[in-house]
Amino acid sequence: MSHHIVEAKNLEFTYPDATHALLDISFRIRHGESVAIVGANGAGKSTLLLHLNGYLTPTSGHIRIGDFPLTQETLQEVRRTVGMVFQDPDDQLFMSTVYDDVAFGPLNLGLPIDEVQSRVTAALETVGVLGLKDRPPYRLSSGQKRRVAIATVLSMSPDILVMDEPTSGLDPQARRRLIEMLQTFKHSKIIATHDLDMVTELCERTIVMHEGSIMADGPTREIFQDEELLSKSHLEKPLTMQGCPVCNSHNNSS
Amino acid sequence: MSRLDTAFYDLGRLDMLAEQDSIIHRLDPRVKVITTLLFIICVISFDKYEVSRLIPFFIFPALLIGIADLPFNYLLRKLILVSPFVLFVGIFNPFLDREVLLHIGSLQVTGGWLSLISILLRFSLTVGAGLLLIATTGFPAICMAIKKLGAPKIFAVLLLMLYRYLFVLIEESIRMIRAYTLRAFSRKKIRYPIFKQLLGTLLLRTLDRAQRIHMAMLSRAFTGDIKISRQFSFRTQEFIYLAGCAALFIFIRFIDISGILGKFIMETGL
Repeated sequence: MSHHIVEAKNLEFTYPDATHALLDISFRIRHGESVAIVGANGAGKSTLLLHLNGYLTPTSGHIRIGDFPLTQETLQEVRRTVGMVFQDPDDQLFMSTVYDDVAFGPLNLGLPIDEVQSRVTAALETVGVLGLKDRPPYRLSSGQKRRVAIATVLSMSPDILVMDEPTSGLDPQARRRLIEMLQTFKHSKIIATHDLDMVTELCERTIVMHEGSIMADGPTREIFQDEELLSKSHLEKPLTMQGCPVCNSHNNSS
Repeated sequence: MSRLDTAFYDLGRLDMLAEQDSIIHRLDPRVKVITTLLFIICVISFDKYEVSRLIPFFIFPALLIGIADLPFNYLLRKLILVSPFVLFVGIFNPFLDREVLLHIGSLQVTGGWLSLISILLRFSLTVGAGLLLIATTGFPAICMAIKKLGAPKIFAVLLLMLYRYLFVLIEESIRMIRAYTLRAFSRKKIRYPIFKQLLGTLLLRTLDRAQRIHMAMLSRAFTGDIKISRQFSFRTQEFIYLAGCAALFIFIRFIDISGILGKFIMETGL
């Protein structure tokens, strides 16, 4: 079954202070697809993400998640389907222990206690932090917090994972482990980020945003080859695609 | 390290104590909340000049510290930290209430002094019991216990959130003050106008964060009620603990142990 799982049509959004944050956004993301949303600061990436779980309501245009158009009536169902990982894990981890936090979503869904327990254990195991389940969040490192934040969402077994800057603030090894972990997930993924190297590893498709509208939408490789497009949208070629400056200069001199 | 940093680590330590394992720690939080309340009621129910009969109550915190293996000095320091507030409540009593109630040799003790000492004893007992409750149970578990005991939901949820974000707020303030001190050079104290601005910024940041937290809660199917998965069980040991503590408190409350002991010493001495 290859139904369109996330669809935006002519989405527009204006903040109350009359800032046009989104202008005529349209895209379709299919089941199992992994899509990066890239663009300069203030290009509208975060605003777009907030539309995907109905936190913001579009000024015009509409969104479909799976089989539902996003409306007030389908909001709860949509929020279960779309797992949202926010940029600052301190915002996401609001309960006093890791366990309670991961159990928060499943309990709200009204699941029985046994089911909640097994889901929490499974989610913590998936992200590899089961040993931390009784810790309070303020005693976790940034990398651990990020993992727990992802577990809080996984425990609701979403179909779509939406992440805002998942690799920001992580040390290189924690970043590497996170990328490897995300590669094993079968969910559809929508990732807003500045980490273009991660994009080349995780996402086969990239949407480039600029000043509230979509500049380009296509296969990641093609988009990152287009230097004119990249510089227009305040981006640059990912380091992995630039060729090594140290080796090159060495070759030239010899 | 600034005083704020120290306070931060100190708070964390109270939390770590609650993670220890002892008979007291393993008890159902509800039973500990109830016994603490009972203890406090017994202590404050005495007449305002009472001193000697309060002293036997110290056996309860002493037992807890012993059984649960808690650091006495650390808890004492916490107690002294808040004592100035209480001292100010009773500091004028010796000047206002000059009626002589007690003679110790040639020393005359007025009612004011007695009530001041009584206030300080009560403060040490009640606040000490509260601290011990946190150190043996942990703040989150207490919140959940009072919710299960029927306290208003909003009350428990607010306390939980307050405790969770206290740490984030302190960290944020530490960062702001650090940034200030690094550029303030010789100026040690923060001047009032700047302090106002720092406080304002902190408030705005807090509001922003509150909005983001609400967003995170909504996206995890929050509908206004925080549900708690932790299951509590009332077993035999809870009953024994509750009955034992209640019997002890009532015994100390209604039987004048100090008086009997004093009389006994006097008689044998004579």
